[in-house]
Amino acid sequence: MQLQVTNSPFNQEQVELLNRLLPTLTESQQVWLTGYMFARQAVAGTPSAEAVVQAISETPNLEEMVSVSHVPAASREVTILFGSQTGNCQRLATGMARKLEEQGMHVTLAAMNKYKTNGLKKVENLLLVVSTHGEGEPPDNARALHEFLYSKRAPQFDNLFFSVLALGDTSYEFFCQTGKDFDQRLEELGGKRLSPRVDCDLDYDEPVAQWSARVISALNERLNGGSTAAAAVQAPAPESSAVQSAYSRTNPFKAEVLENLNLNGRGSDRETRHLELSLEGSDLQYEPGDSLGIYPENHPELVDAIIHELNFNPEEIVPVNKNNEQGSLRDALLKHYEITALTKPLLTQAAELTANPALHELLAPGNEQALKEYASGRDLLDLVQDFGPWQADASRFVTILRKLPARLYSIASSFKANEDEVHLTIRAVRYEAHGRDRYGVCSIHCADRIQPGDSLPIYIQQNPNFKLPSNSDAPIIMIGPGTGVAPFRSFLEEREELGAEGKSWLFYGDRHFVTDFLYQTDWQRMLKDGVLTKLDVAFSRDTQEKVYVQQRVLENSKELYAWLQEGAHVYICGDEKHMAHDVHSALLTVIQQEGSLSAEEAAAYLNDMQEQQRYQRDVY
Amino acid sequence: MAKEQMVKPIGGPPSEVEHIKIESNYLRGALVETLKNPITGGLPEDDNRLLKFHGSYMQDDRDLRNERERQKLEPAYQFMLRVVLPSGVATSQQWLAMDGLAHKYGNGTLRLTTRQTFQMHGILKWNLKPTLKKINAELMTTLAACGDVNRNVMCSPNPFQSDLHGEVSHWARQVNDHLAPRTRAYHEIWLDGEKVVDGQQDGAEVEPIYGPVYLPRKFKIGFAIPPYNDVDVFSQDIGYIAVIEDGKLKGFNISVGGGMGMSHGDTATYPQLGKVIGFCPPERIVALAEKTVMIQRDYGNRSVRKNARFKYTIDRHGIEWFKSELQNRLGWQLEDVRPYQFVNNGDRYGWLKGSNGKWNLTVYIQSGRIDDQEGYPLMTGLREIAKVHTGDFRITPNQNLIIGNVTSQKKRKITELVEQYGLTDGAHHSALRRSSLSCVSLPTCGLAMAEAERYLPTLIDKLEPIINEAGLRDQEINIRMTGCPNGCARPALGEISFIGKALGKYNMYMGAGHAGDRLNKLYRENIDETEILDTLRPIINQYAKERDSGEHFGDFVIRAGYVKAVHDGQEFHN
Repeated sequence: MQLQVTNSPFNQEQVELLNRLLPTLTESQQVWLTGYMFARQAVAGTPSAEAVVQAISETPNLEEMVSVSHVPAASREVTILFGSQTGNCQRLATGMARKLEEQGMHVTLAAMNKYKTNGLKKVENLLLVVSTHGEGEPPDNARALHEFLYSKRAPQFDNLFFSVLALGDTSYEFFCQTGKDFDQRLEELGGKRLSPRVDCDLDYDEPVAQWSARVISALNERLNGGSTAAAAVQAPAPESSAVQSAYSRTNPFKAEVLENLNLNGRGSDRETRHLELSLEGSDLQYEPGDSLGIYPENHPELVDAIIHELNFNPEEIVPVNKNNEQGSLRDALLKHYEITALTKPLLTQAAELTANPALHELLAPGNEQALKEYASGRDLLDLVQDFGPWQADASRFVTILRKLPARLYSIASSFKANEDEVHLTIRAVRYEAHGRDRYGVCSIHCADRIQPGDSLPIYIQQNPNFKLPSNSDAPIIMIGPGTGVAPFRSFLEEREELGAEGKSWLFYGDRHFVTDFLYQTDWQRMLKDGVLTKLDVAFSRDTQEKVYVQQRVLENSKELYAWLQEGAHVYICGDEKHMAHDVHSALLTVIQQEGSLSAEEAAAYLNDMQEQQRYQRDVY
Repeated sequence: MAKEQMVKPIGGPPSEVEHIKIESNYLRGALVETLKNPITGGLPEDDNRLLKFHGSYMQDDRDLRNERERQKLEPAYQFMLRVVLPSGVATSQQWLAMDGLAHKYGNGTLRLTTRQTFQMHGILKWNLKPTLKKINAELMTTLAACGDVNRNVMCSPNPFQSDLHGEVSHWARQVNDHLAPRTRAYHEIWLDGEKVVDGQQDGAEVEPIYGPVYLPRKFKIGFAIPPYNDVDVFSQDIGYIAVIEDGKLKGFNISVGGGMGMSHGDTATYPQLGKVIGFCPPERIVALAEKTVMIQRDYGNRSVRKNARFKYTIDRHGIEWFKSELQNRLGWQLEDVRPYQFVNNGDRYGWLKGSNGKWNLTVYIQSGRIDDQEGYPLMTGLREIAKVHTGDFRITPNQNLIIGNVTSQKKRKITELVEQYGLTDGAHHSALRRSSLSCVSLPTCGLAMAEAERYLPTLIDKLEPIINEAGLRDQEINIRMTGCPNGCARPALGEISFIGKALGKYNMYMGAGHAGDRLNKLYRENIDETEILDTLRPIINQYAKERDSGEHFGDFVIRAGYVKAVHDGQEFHN
């Protein structure tokens, strides 16, 4: 957020100074500063410059000062629960836990579905970190808690202090809905906010830091208003012990592309790229189930069309991010800003730059539906074409844009089987909408503009919620049509490499057998070698009646249920809206039918599996 | 009992294929299961071998093979399906059925073969069954279209002597049907027929002619009606040469032991001409065919497949041995050979009136391929004709098509359609092109070493200026091309022939008899297009200048000393 005279208590000069300073601060500097400012208020008098230096260098003194405060002691127990689909929230929650521990807090950290709800009543400080999926739905491991809190069994929380960190994407209608739900519901049940909920868009680093800082200072405030500002200065521990690499989401590794080919045979109406990237020299590692983030570039034609439409000079120097780094306008639009999605915040900010009544009309209260329809399937070029003339120069114009987010892809290889390599399965997204050809940003970047020898900025996104069973003898059932099959190639390569004995069963589907059977010869070889025990396929466009994987699941209900009874782990990867939902129903049917259970009992069976991490999904 | 019929092999242990056959339980194998396997579009080799007997085998689009391997996709497996169509005669309804299947399950084209039948390409494994069902529903079959059995029986489609054609093709069908395998496997696998446990029956009951291991190799039979040798009667294992006296069919001269296939670089393999051993009346030819097949069954080489054709059996034992073995088994003697004469082995294009007063139109079909090309909607045209045509369609041994038995009333309508869709009797083509023959070869044939169907027309484009300049545009010269030496376009009987060695490289042969009565001989090895043109240009020019009146190209190159005449395949390599 940019500070302005209108949205802050500062004058113009202060705003400018702060706006220059704040974006340059690291996360730990921000935390420190928050604590420092707070402590400065708590400690009587105004410290001199020396005192600040002292505060930094003589931490114990400051702590002492805090501890002598007269405010009654509050609990140091903090419970952090996360609801995470891809692992982002889990990672952030873990980071928060570490920070709080550094502050001397006693942290209980758990996935929402791992936390016994009857313990909630006693919790005094509760932090929720949760993402939102699809049409405002909770991630898998948040569903049970969400339901519980909205049920009649939900307790009153008279002694609860809470704060919610919500992750989402403003290009979806129900932005951060799950976070909002929790936030609202906890308040309804009597809880008090430690600090206000923060809703994060894709570019979440800055708001997350803000939320952390505010929560920490609020907790400290409750603890006699004390702060251990200096403690936060300590270097943060590494994010994860598994991966010791200098490269991360904020410092992506430039991975060389070793192979880039189309997996769909000639004559297919689809194009799916198989990318092999080199991790050599990065020290990056990953586990089966993890994802790879790629920072793509926008389509040059779209960038040029936007610049042309705005009549800007492509070489004009503009800010490329909120840290005041600069670059040419063309470069900024190619590599730094999102130009393919219209979010409500973007439209609102754009309205400040045009007098065109149509846009203001669209944003007027009551027109939400029209706004939603307009934003759907349109991009920045549509916006600039539809609502000019624009009263802004290029530097001003780019400030309304959101940072170009990385795209996550489920990794399709095993690190152990392919040392220093990572493989991806990316379906090229091309379609026509509103009279113009549209392209998926990352998929088309990879499909059309990346050759072997080029490099891509990447990072590893761990996904602890999509992992092979720790027991390598446990049977696994993998359901992954289309590109959803990617992580299962990783799973099976891993099991092959480890010589795992557990049975495995893959359900795969796509449109046409001849052209769309992704990794066909890999599966055939694995079947032959016994790495893969069973493979069932469904090709929807080869027969008059369309068949999908869920039908194959149902057709095999007896055997599938027997596998479940033997302790099989079930994995679903791919399209959430249709496939994952239908497969879920199919699994319920199988359990109900073969186990002679009621619908409720079958649902409980699957819930139990989920809690035992025997039912995991990586859906999008 | 069953094993008793497995005759001691000649020269070594039985080949792999012999084991597959004996273990197949009369052509069943594991086909029911492997056809269903949804993970691959292909079949294991054993079952593919057996599938041949059912009229189909696995191929893949070789144009895509390397590309797909990189894409982690198995080869683009697809199946070729061949119909059994004795004498090459089909009804309009059958034509429409094949046209429909080609579009529904095949690659949208049909191929007329040199054995007068339909071939379809590009059928996916899962579509074989519905395709076969439909073919059978239209009273055709695919059983024994391939495999080590008697294949589709050929018969000259003779468009003049309508009564004779009817009579001779009747006998062709008799022979064809009598030699069809009797196993119920075909009905069980494709036609939902009830499962019969053949294995518990006596082998002789299930397959009284073939027994449980069938023949050592394929077996081919053709009927010729002189003076036209369009069926290349001397290339057949059994050739029946109709003897007509006073306009009546008296019987047939019998030729045995012909065959085309050979292997590059193996002089123990060679093309061979059939030998005429006698005459018999029509009613005895079915028995003659049966006993001949059984002799080959008992004496053929089951150890080395490339030496397993009947021609090698005869050459090994001698023709006199065969004749006496045959007569012993028949219990009667062949009569002396009656006089006969062949003039050519090509087709007669255009409208011809048959002796029954009905009309026959021979349409030129390049390489036998029925498809729609820009500006030449052949397939559509033939479909439209089939919708109104009340006569028959006859596929010629030269891959052309006769729209047969057209009444005088219908002739005008057919002519209109022929003109509307630009079908051609080939009159505007050179006689060289009209006399050309090629096998399918790339991209579907697994045996192909070089292009044939896709390349011969181009080569002829380049030969035509030479031919035209030499004033030979109307001179019929048989020119044939195959992608490998197995002989699908009967290349050993071309006056000029090319057999593929490698992509773009061919062995060139010359000197076969214009009437299919003499083999050709290797003239140049491993030559490319430039060398082909450079080699042929002077010979063609010399032929134009120095030929005797009526002298055919094949005769001329022998007289001029380019190659030696080959009357016996055993001299082919000398």
